[in-house]
Amino acid sequence: MRYQRRAAAVGLIAAGTLLFSACGSDNAGGGGEQGGANAAACGGKQNLRASGSSAQANAITRFVTSFEQACQGQTLAYTPSGSGAGRNEFIGGQTDFAGSDSALSGEEAPRAEQRCASPAWNLPLVFGPIAVAYNVPGVTDLALDGPTLGRIFNGGITTWNDPAIAALNQGRQLPAAPIIVNFRSDESGTTQNFQRYLNAASNGSYPQEAEQTFSGGVGAGARGSQGVADATRNTPNSITYVESSFATRAGLGVANIINAGGGAPVPLNPQTVGAAIEGVQVSGQGNDLKLDLNSLYTTSTPNAYPIALATYEIVCSNYQDDATAQGVKAFLTTALSPDAQAGLPDAGYVPLPDRFKQRLTDAVNAIQ
Amino acid sequence: MSERIEQRAPGSEGEEDQIVPSPSPVPEPPERKARSSRRGESVFRFLASGSGVLVVAAVALIGLFLLIQAVPSLMANNANFFTSPEFSTGDENNLSFGIRDLFLVTVFSSVFALVLAMPVALGVALFLTNYAPRQLSRPFAYVVDLLAAVPSIIYGLWGILVLAPAIEPIARWLNTDLGWIFLFRTGNLPVLSGTIFTGGVVLAVMILPIITAVSREVFAQTPRFQIEAAKALGATRWEVIRMATLPYGRSGYIAGSMLGLGRALGETIAVLIVIRASTSPMTFSLFDGGYTFASLIASAASEFSQPLPTGAYISAGLVLFVLTFVVNALARVIAGGKVNG
Repeated sequence: MRYQRRAAAVGLIAAGTLLFSACGSDNAGGGGEQGGANAAACGGKQNLRASGSSAQANAITRFVTSFEQACQGQTLAYTPSGSGAGRNEFIGGQTDFAGSDSALSGEEAPRAEQRCASPAWNLPLVFGPIAVAYNVPGVTDLALDGPTLGRIFNGGITTWNDPAIAALNQGRQLPAAPIIVNFRSDESGTTQNFQRYLNAASNGSYPQEAEQTFSGGVGAGARGSQGVADATRNTPNSITYVESSFATRAGLGVANIINAGGGAPVPLNPQTVGAAIEGVQVSGQGNDLKLDLNSLYTTSTPNAYPIALATYEIVCSNYQDDATAQGVKAFLTTALSPDAQAGLPDAGYVPLPDRFKQRLTDAVNAIQ
Repeated sequence: MSERIEQRAPGSEGEEDQIVPSPSPVPEPPERKARSSRRGESVFRFLASGSGVLVVAAVALIGLFLLIQAVPSLMANNANFFTSPEFSTGDENNLSFGIRDLFLVTVFSSVFALVLAMPVALGVALFLTNYAPRQLSRPFAYVVDLLAAVPSIIYGLWGILVLAPAIEPIARWLNTDLGWIFLFRTGNLPVLSGTIFTGGVVLAVMILPIITAVSREVFAQTPRFQIEAAKALGATRWEVIRMATLPYGRSGYIAGSMLGLGRALGETIAVLIVIRASTSPMTFSLFDGGYTFASLIASAASEFSQPLPTGAYISAGLVLFVLTFVVNALARVIAGGKVNG
């Protein structure tokens, strides 16, 4: 009995040490001074509640860490229950804001307006690039464009040395092996966004519907981002689409994408994705920053990487409760601070480019 | 099946003192004993029959629940429920789902697992009861039982990350050299790992301890006089096994195998991780991919919000329920009759 108690104590100490060391490293990365700058915006409701998209969960976790450091005693509980559930809970008034892979639909917007007694705004706060990851022995550098990707992912192109791929990769040796497509077998926003990209940027070579499940009709399914990354790593001559952090961690090659402008192949990094976000069109009115994602997918800006998943925070423009408004503003302001944005690449997201961040900051400041 | 096993299991601890039924200790005076035993009798009978009724009622209610939930979706189904390979419930107003592929993948993977596991389990059980020295047989049995305690998610991850690449050469050999047998034809996946073949091997390992444990207990209870008699006739060890142990334990062995099959049919998470999804229908090959009943339901469980699509999955669950029933009934027919020589 005594032995057990001692073991429990040791366990507790070990867990505590881990916890504190984790905080410590975040501190070192962030730098304490930013916290002071944000302190002005703090205040309002102490325990915020939000739920929704799991695609942005890791980013929100980082934002919450920054938020707790910047604003003493304030915190946010985020439940990654899925975008649909997140929007429903926001409309039902159970949460203070929603995280969602897609903006409010035409049918949801009036209901959200009713809940807020003011228009609800879609604020695209978190962007995650989607990598086209491959495992082809002997190939370390690969360039692809929208039309070719469309045909690869619906079986139009079946071998790696197909003339269409070879034309984009002159001077590189491509094997005569069949292309094995790995797709996500579960429902996911990544699949949907990737297929929307193929719809928009393939010049009609990928007419399949952009649902949450893969509709290309070729390949082998695997479960989850980790599943497709593992499958691609274990299967020579295979290709998949996956959030960039999983591709990097699995040591897979990431294809450079020739965007709709037809320029040089663009590698995936925070700058190139940022360049694409900078040029994205907003289809919402005023401070409702609902995006026209087709303008992202078909960007023709040189050196802009066109495939990214945009996730929104859905907020009320005028909260009925002032304390909630202040709390939500404090959280979003912290999330936009350089301190919080700097940690995003480690988690597989991209920091927001300056001009776009300014638009978001204006919108956040306008929340009442 | 399970009842018979449960009856046997408690006695199995003392493997040797089987011939002499242990007399119950009777320290109490006769009349008091009679009264308390009468009360005990009725209480115990109530408890026992209550448990029996409870189980039957639970099973019946589960069946009823599945049926009630499934019927509206079945009415709204636009595809043939029994022959359609597609399972599309995305559009609530246009449900089209069928269980053809689910049924085939479930049966193929489970039966393949059974074919692999049954001989091995028989060998292990006979080794433990007849060949292994006593000091070795107890720890060895524990090790085999330990396989049953490994969580299925671990089996799944091991299966896809370790086993699948390791047995791919075997799969490739079967596919190239024995591809003329329909079971080893190239299936609906572009790869040879993460197929029903891989899944079946994982399932075989998972059901091995169940079959082994049941068979071991039954074999260990072969009446000593039968063994002595066989030995007296000059039988070798193999002949003793053939003449005494196997006939006596046959029904228990089959019962254990059916328990294993039941687990294989219903196994969810390991199958979900190991067997990869395919976009085209099942082609009756072991190198196909797809979903089993259980893995399909698990893969979609997080999206159960609308009643009609949910009902479609529940109807698949209902078929699995019936399938398990049929398998158990068949097993009773096979094993029944000649119970214990």
